[in-house]
Amino acid sequence: MFGDYSLSDLGAIFAMQGFAGLILFSVYVLMALGLAIIFGQMGVINMAHGEFMILGAYVTWMTSNFFQSYLPSLFAGYFFIAMILAFLASGALGMLVEWALIRHLYKRPLDTLLATWGLSLILQQAYRSIFGAREVGVELPQWMLGSKQVTDTIEIPINGMFVMALTVLITLAVSYVLFWSRWGRQVRAVVQNRVMAGAVGINTEKVDRYTFGLGCGIAGIAGSAFTMIGSTGPTSGQLYIVDTFLVVVFGGAASLFGTIASAFSISQAQSTMEFFMSGSMAKVLTLLAIVAILMVRPQGLFALKVRK
Amino acid sequence: MSDETKTGLNSPLRRKLLMGMAAIPALTMLPRTSFADVPATSAVNTTGLAVTDTEVTVGILHSVTGTMAISETGSVQAEKLAIEQINAAGGVLGRKIKFVQEDGASDWPTFAEKAKKLLVNDKCAAVMGCWTSASRKAVLPVFEQYNGMLYYPTFYEGLEQSKNVIYTGQEATQQIIAGLDWVNKTKNAKSFYLLGSDYIWPRTSNKIARKHIENHLTGCKVVGEEYFPLGHTQFNSVINKIKLTKPDVIYAIIVGGSNVAFYKQLKAAGIDLSKQTLLTISVTEDEIDGIGGENIAGAYACMKYFQSLDNPNNKAFVEAFHKMWGPKTVIGDVTQAAYLGPWLWKLTVEKAGSFDVDKIAAASPGVEFKGAPEGYVRIHENHHLWSKTRVGRAKADGQYELVYETADLVEPNPFPKGYQ
Repeated sequence: MFGDYSLSDLGAIFAMQGFAGLILFSVYVLMALGLAIIFGQMGVINMAHGEFMILGAYVTWMTSNFFQSYLPSLFAGYFFIAMILAFLASGALGMLVEWALIRHLYKRPLDTLLATWGLSLILQQAYRSIFGAREVGVELPQWMLGSKQVTDTIEIPINGMFVMALTVLITLAVSYVLFWSRWGRQVRAVVQNRVMAGAVGINTEKVDRYTFGLGCGIAGIAGSAFTMIGSTGPTSGQLYIVDTFLVVVFGGAASLFGTIASAFSISQAQSTMEFFMSGSMAKVLTLLAIVAILMVRPQGLFALKVRK
Repeated sequence: MSDETKTGLNSPLRRKLLMGMAAIPALTMLPRTSFADVPATSAVNTTGLAVTDTEVTVGILHSVTGTMAISETGSVQAEKLAIEQINAAGGVLGRKIKFVQEDGASDWPTFAEKAKKLLVNDKCAAVMGCWTSASRKAVLPVFEQYNGMLYYPTFYEGLEQSKNVIYTGQEATQQIIAGLDWVNKTKNAKSFYLLGSDYIWPRTSNKIARKHIENHLTGCKVVGEEYFPLGHTQFNSVINKIKLTKPDVIYAIIVGGSNVAFYKQLKAAGIDLSKQTLLTISVTEDEIDGIGGENIAGAYACMKYFQSLDNPNNKAFVEAFHKMWGPKTVIGDVTQAAYLGPWLWKLTVEKAGSFDVDKIAAASPGVEFKGAPEGYVRIHENHHLWSKTRVGRAKADGQYELVYETADLVEPNPFPKGYQ
């Protein structure tokens, strides 16, 4: 397949392919971060994660329409406001859900799977009733479209770079919050020993609510960012949920670092194989490899030692 | 969804039907003066369908919930519009059409169950419905067992023909061959990169496309063929591969949410569709709504209908559609094909002079609909439609601009020799 190409052509393609892998990596991290917090820190299997993402996407769509109609001069910068609104909307819905549904199920983690699955169906139908069954097109400001010409032959998609920058930023923010802030210490204390944490005066209910809200809020930001690369419709969240769980489970549920490492290995494997074979085949091989590795290491790549 | 007609022995409809049947011997003795020029129910309905002196019941069976609701909404809207227009024009054989709508919920067994309900309990004289091939395959045995009539609107892969189905969309060869010939001739295209979502329709269609490219177009070759799981959202790797192989034409049959991701990423990767020829058979105006016109502007689509078609039938249709469903609603190929269903059924019933399914199936070949928004269609002996094939170019406002149409109607050929 490479016979007819000059070395510089090939170099350019491999450079772009490397970027394709990095972009996929960022997408996976962004998808999985919110779930890793909820699943990893709280043990809740949130099947409605994708729907929280799509809420963020719809918020972005509404913000875009609002700016087009009322503030067209500021349209170029609307995306940043949309992401903040998406975070707030998904986070608020997440806290509401935690209060109304999840907190009654903490002692029954497998039931959260069914409950949030039901929630995801309810949310999908709600989106369908509110926004219509058809997909909506989110219009982006001009500067976010197209690609940047690095050399004559190498072109890097701008939206990909945007997602990468966003992912780095959010990962840093989340690790700061979890590992260096006072609230983060409380979260980790609750994870390690709920009863003891309560005994030393941590309001565990409040910690739970905000943790769930944070996870959902990050899902909202992810959804907002994905309007650049994917579709926005009532069921679009379903496109991401399997990959998201894959990344989190493969990485080791309770480890943020594991999530990142697993996103990296899955994305690189996927995008490299996709280059050499058909998309369906690449997916099959990736999944097979993950199943094989999980058989040897059921706890995932990185497991946190927690006293149960 | 609404179960408008009750079931069971005590239902008023059932009782009326029974009374009607009991009255058949008496009726035949009476001179037919009571209904003016409306033919007697006993004469036009000999198999116990839900036909009264004033009404006839048809079914609408689409997904309004679940994944497929995105696509099927337009079909439901078009069928309701057609039924309303037919009623306003006096109905069918003097009877108003009443519809019972059921929700297939994007779930194939549910489709089969609801189809049975529409045929057995509601005794629908015809059913407009289904969208995916999977749902059609699920209901086909039901329609054949209970002898119902299905009007199926979607363009599909062919390889099927049934007495009980009228296919109002194009089958694969109609849609594919004319488009490939056109792009080969006008763009001097020699190399093709075939892409598709991984299920029966794109695979069968690409198979036909490959056979045509390799066997019927001189000097042309396929330089790549790839499939992606439904819902795939990352296309950067294949886009790099396309950049490497530099095909004259990207031939894309990607569906659903993947579509949006594909075109957005294509644009982001710097592939300019005004320079790179891309031909698709899976993106109608409905899909462009989600993709965003600016992301797909310049691409070519090959199908039989575009909302922008400039003919009096279509202008009236678009206006009526917008009046009923809002001025922003877009109309894609399948929506138009769904609109044909009730009309073709009405014309066939009038030709046969009967609602009986056997008579309709027999009378269907040759039925022509001159008021079709796409221009003119005629039912073939194989229950598919003769129709023109058109190529349109996507514009940034989400509409297609017609660039080519076949001079004659293209014959439907669901079992193409040499293409299987």
